[in-house]
Amino acid sequence: MSLSDAPETAAGPVPPPLGPAGMLRWAWTQLTSMRTAIFLLLLLAVVAVPGSLFPQRPANPALVTQYIKDRPEYGKILDSLQLFDVYSSAWFSAIYILLFISLIGCVIPRARAHWKALRSAPPRTPRRLSRLPEYGTLVLPAESGVSPGDAIRDAADVLKKRGYRVDIRDADAAMPSLGAERGLLREVGNLVFHTALIGVLVSVAIGGLFGYRGQKIIIEGDTFVNTLVGYDNFTPGTNFQSDWLDPFAITLDKFEVRFDRESTRQFGQPIDFKAAVTTRESPDAAPQQQVLKVNEPVYFGGTGIFLVGNGYAPIVTVKDGDGNTAFSGPVVSVPNDAVYTSSIVLKAPDASPSQLGFVGFFLPSAIKNQEGVSYSFDPDPLNPQLNLNSYYGDLGLDTGKPQNVYNLDVQNLTQLNGRDLPAGGIVLDAGQSYTLPEGKGSISFDGLKRYIGVDIRTVPGQEGVLIFSLAAVAGLIVSLYVNRRRVWLRAGAHVDGRTMIEYGLLARGEDHRLAPEAAAIRARLAARWNLAESDPAAAAAVPARSPKEH
Amino acid sequence: MPEINEIMGQYSELFMLLAAGTYTVAFIAFAWDLARSSRTLRAVDLKAATAAPAQASAPARVPISAGTSARASGDRAASGVGGPAGFAERPSSAAHRTGEDAAGAGRTAGTDMDYAPARRMPARVGVALTMLGALIHGAGVVTRALGAGRVPWGNMYEFLTTGAFVVAAVFLLALIRRDLRFLGTFVIGLVIIMQVAASVAYWTPVGHLVPALQSYWLIIHVSIAVLSSALFTLTFALSALQLVQSRRQKTVAAGGAARLGFMRVVPSALSLENLSYRINALGFIGWTFTLMFGAIWAEKAWGRFWGWDTKEVWTFVIWVVYAGYLHARATRGWTGTRAAWLSIVGYLCVVFNFTIVNQFFNGLHSYSGL
Ligand code: HEM
Repeated sequence: MSLSDAPETAAGPVPPPLGPAGMLRWAWTQLTSMRTAIFLLLLLAVVAVPGSLFPQRPANPALVTQYIKDRPEYGKILDSLQLFDVYSSAWFSAIYILLFISLIGCVIPRARAHWKALRSAPPRTPRRLSRLPEYGTLVLPAESGVSPGDAIRDAADVLKKRGYRVDIRDADAAMPSLGAERGLLREVGNLVFHTALIGVLVSVAIGGLFGYRGQKIIIEGDTFVNTLVGYDNFTPGTNFQSDWLDPFAITLDKFEVRFDRESTRQFGQPIDFKAAVTTRESPDAAPQQQVLKVNEPVYFGGTGIFLVGNGYAPIVTVKDGDGNTAFSGPVVSVPNDAVYTSSIVLKAPDASPSQLGFVGFFLPSAIKNQEGVSYSFDPDPLNPQLNLNSYYGDLGLDTGKPQNVYNLDVQNLTQLNGRDLPAGGIVLDAGQSYTLPEGKGSISFDGLKRYIGVDIRTVPGQEGVLIFSLAAVAGLIVSLYVNRRRVWLRAGAHVDGRTMIEYGLLARGEDHRLAPEAAAIRARLAARWNLAESDPAAAAAVPARSPKEH
Repeated sequence: MPEINEIMGQYSELFMLLAAGTYTVAFIAFAWDLARSSRTLRAVDLKAATAAPAQASAPARVPISAGTSARASGDRAASGVGGPAGFAERPSSAAHRTGEDAAGAGRTAGTDMDYAPARRMPARVGVALTMLGALIHGAGVVTRALGAGRVPWGNMYEFLTTGAFVVAAVFLLALIRRDLRFLGTFVIGLVIIMQVAASVAYWTPVGHLVPALQSYWLIIHVSIAVLSSALFTLTFALSALQLVQSRRQKTVAAGGAARLGFMRVVPSALSLENLSYRINALGFIGWTFTLMFGAIWAEKAWGRFWGWDTKEVWTFVIWVVYAGYLHARATRGWTGTRAAWLSIVGYLCVVFNFTIVNQFFNGLHSYSGL
């Protein structure tokens, strides 16, 4: 800020006046000062960091549970400090709410002040122009016949052409002057930027209130219908009503994966995931063939379906001790590494006389190492194999307590198969079956399907966020690159008949182009009055005196 | 999907190596220039001091902002206004201004970075070698792109090598408008560090992109990120120099001995601050776009435009630090040294975001290629 233009918001702390109203006003002044805003802004950056150091619940709740379990001494303390929910924590919210209150408290008075500035004339002509950062003089010879009043009118013309708002003062007095100003757009840009930030925040809040997100695993051949019960996981926004769900349906016809087979170092890295799906907007709409890929979601109105995961679902049949089929179908396995070594859990609560459970691994390309341990050497199903342990007993599913389908609680179960047991572990290649010990039944590995994991989301405020962000950038660019400048010019007649002109320029804020602007104006004026300015040294030789001093 | 051309990839690595070698020689030339110029300048100062008392060497270094007014009003300096130097610019802390007045004229280069016409042979050699290095480097980037059949910024190695190229190119472009040769040692030094880090720590052969990166948003989002990071690299060098220069000016103003002779080739702290402000403003706009385009891409890829993923957190932190920097410049008492520190902290966050966050924090952005 140059000279008188420093914003009052930059003022240092003032001792609070007495009385509660005075205190409040003082607190408000403090909160809406630029200094506080910077401090809050930097504080916001600092408090955002723990969210990248600790696992976060919204992103990965299982990881948080594990993290707390692994640190019995202080995991709970960290949790009570909301370090696993940083971005919805009281302290994080407090800081950004304060920041935005501060922002609003700053934008409103500035907007009002600027509205006034837009409609009032440029500031009065300073008495001593020579104190301005850019200053110069021009002299019109007596025979030019340009009176001080004419000179000011000419200059007003020149400045208007350069985009200045011009106000002529004392046009008919002995020493007329003019004040001119341009670049009021800078402040407009600044206000747009700050207001748009508020808009972004409001739009984000709308998304949080009225949106939802859910997850679903769809195995090849299966259909997902968009109803609450159809989801594996569903997180509604605070105000979301479940009857807002559009009744679309999506069937996974085929999921194709391509792995890199050319590069040596990145061999086996995935290079294409492609899900061929059939969709219906509503139960009685015509089916449509579509492709769902990473980065290429499928939309139903405002609801998007995003491909976020995939894996293998071996088709398994379990027969119980009575010879009845207790389970038959694909079982979703969870990949643990780049070659799709996948954990698998299978529960057969319908088996009798005792319920059966299986835990183990699915290996798409099984091979044994020297110690005889199987592992997968490739993500493609070149030699698919199941390695399982089996259990029988009460699976605990009848208690009504919700259970994780990817986790088998073996506490109340008796183990049948395992590496350390006489019967050994179950190893099944494709098409093989295995008879369980003690006449408990059998299990067979009948085929292989792939599945995809999708996220399904509606975020209503999204367009608002985009529009406000674009407005913010536009405002930012304007406020950084439009220069706000003032020009004053004063003319007077010398006793010998020459017309003396002096001018000064002042920038408001950062302006490294003020000197070139002064030179450009000077050149335009000189051209207007046919002054020879080709030799700057000649111009410089004119003594710099304000007309008054003559 | 285009074929991978490993031969092209090998050519690219050869070019990268050659470029690094050329830069190293350029670096030596720039360093030599700093050493020599400071000696020349001291000689000039000494001669001036003996020929005429005070101010003798000033004309060659009158700041450009003085412009017409300096010429038209030779009497103003005497009238107590103190000369218009730097007035049009945002005033810095008092220490700065007195620093500029006391030490700016005789002991550092002027604001316009327009040096006395002394020939600086080593600097010319440095610039020529930097151009040659950038040419080879550019060939390396292009062959990498041809080898992979896509934009050359799909993993950390490519981000660094392309980023280093942009730093060198931006530096050379800036040289057209301003004599920034004093920055050569620092900028080319950083470029060499980036090249070495790329080949030693992040080397990755040419390969396809993982599905998460197969999007035109990679082209938009990452190219702007590379460009902004390159700009922040330049301002990091400027701000670091500003801190050193500011200290030196304070020492000199207080009557102390001016050590670090090479700093006399470097412009005054205020000029450094103003230049880095302008580059940072550009970088900040770029980073704002990086953030926005990243959010749009995240919406396409993961179904949400913002999820506080580690990479998103750090991108946001960087954005806030530079926003703080811009604000600091608008606030009295926070310019000068403090603003320089903010600019440096911002750059350290950029480096952290690239190295530590990419490699050691788990998040959705696991595309380091390592
Ligand atoms: C109470 C809160 C705030 C106040 C009082 C405030 C005040 C200001 C002022 C006075 C300027 C103009 C500077 C100038 O004319 O040179 C400005 C510019 C700017 N503000 Fe804020 N601001 C606030 C919050 C924020 C926030 C939260 C952000 C973003 C995170 C932000 C980002 C910017 C940017 C990028 C500029 C442009 C830089 C410039 O014009 O110099 N501001 N702000």
